[in-house]
Amino acid sequence: MTDVLPYLVAVWIFLVGCYGLATSRNLIHAVGCLSVCQSATYVLLLAVGYRDGATAPVFSDLEPGARPVVDPVVQALALTDVVVGATVTALLLALVIQVSKRHGTVDPDELSELRG
Amino acid sequence: MNPRTRLGLVAVGGTGLAVLLVAASLRLPDFGGDSHPYGDRAVRESLARHTANTIASVNFDQRAFDTLGEMTILFAAVVGCVVLLRQTRDEHRARPEPADVAPPVRRYALIVLPIALATGLYVIAHGQLSPGGGFQGGVVAATALHLLSLGADYRALERIRPVGLYEVGDAVSASAYVVTGLAGLVGGTAFLANTLLPYGTFNTLSSGGTVPLLNAAVGMEVACAVVVLLARFLDQAVEIEEESGK
Repeated sequence: MTDVLPYLVAVWIFLVGCYGLATSRNLIHAVGCLSVCQSATYVLLLAVGYRDGATAPVFSDLEPGARPVVDPVVQALALTDVVVGATVTALLLALVIQVSKRHGTVDPDELSELRG
Repeated sequence: MNPRTRLGLVAVGGTGLAVLLVAASLRLPDFGGDSHPYGDRAVRESLARHTANTIASVNFDQRAFDTLGEMTILFAAVVGCVVLLRQTRDEHRARPEPADVAPPVRRYALIVLPIALATGLYVIAHGQLSPGGGFQGGVVAATALHLLSLGADYRALERIRPVGLYEVGDAVSASAYVVTGLAGLVGGTAFLANTLLPYGTFNTLSSGGTVPLLNAAVGMEVACAVVVLLARFLDQAVEIEEESGK
């Protein structure tokens, strides 16, 4: 069970984020839910790269080969993920500010009609 | 669609997705297993090119072209925010009023500001040696500047933060990354291939060939991007107001 538990945690975080997105009554809350969905990918990536008893793949104070290290490729991918996630969140929040200015509401259910 | 049907639809779709994802998780290699073929190769290549921080080597050497794409996403998002959060015709700027700051907050912010700024620059500079790098250090350095608006006031922040200059800095550092890549072409190797500069002594600041250069370019870009983004959001919160009577 513990062999797959971290993967199942990632699945759970992703589904909770999706549930929040679908039932959201506030666009800011929806942007937050999207970040929750995205954090599932951090958990999944880092879980894939983990190795029992290993340390960080940084050799400034570690003799190469002295200890096993975790997979650096997925760590770099998680770093990419965090940066892209943060900028996308910023862009979405900017859109929410414009929606609230133009329509006077941030409830997605009240944004059904098109306005010129 | 009413909320009830929507919830029903989400339940059906969510259950299907959950079943598929769990089935996929059960077939993944065991957590904590010893087989990481890509990781082992990345570590070997990183050591061969004298880069102590393998993650920096993956980002700025082995996958440097992907990092160029990622940096472009960052740049595009900043441009998008600048366009979305501009001052429109029916809005005007109000002068921000100075407000009282509690003395402990002021003292703490002003003490931490130089420390945070130095930490950010340190993290950028040592990206190829120790955990950190341009992306992380850039965010620390940029947010450190904003402690000034807590410690002094918003107008003091605006004086040390001419947004136009940071916008130029963002573009210049993004181009610096591309130029470093093109230098490889001029020097007879491939675009962004780390074979042009000597790799230096392992575990010193100048080791890793082009890794420190690309790392510095990204650090500057992230710092400028965060400053520009925060400036736009703060403008919306503090300065820009809708015309009265609208």
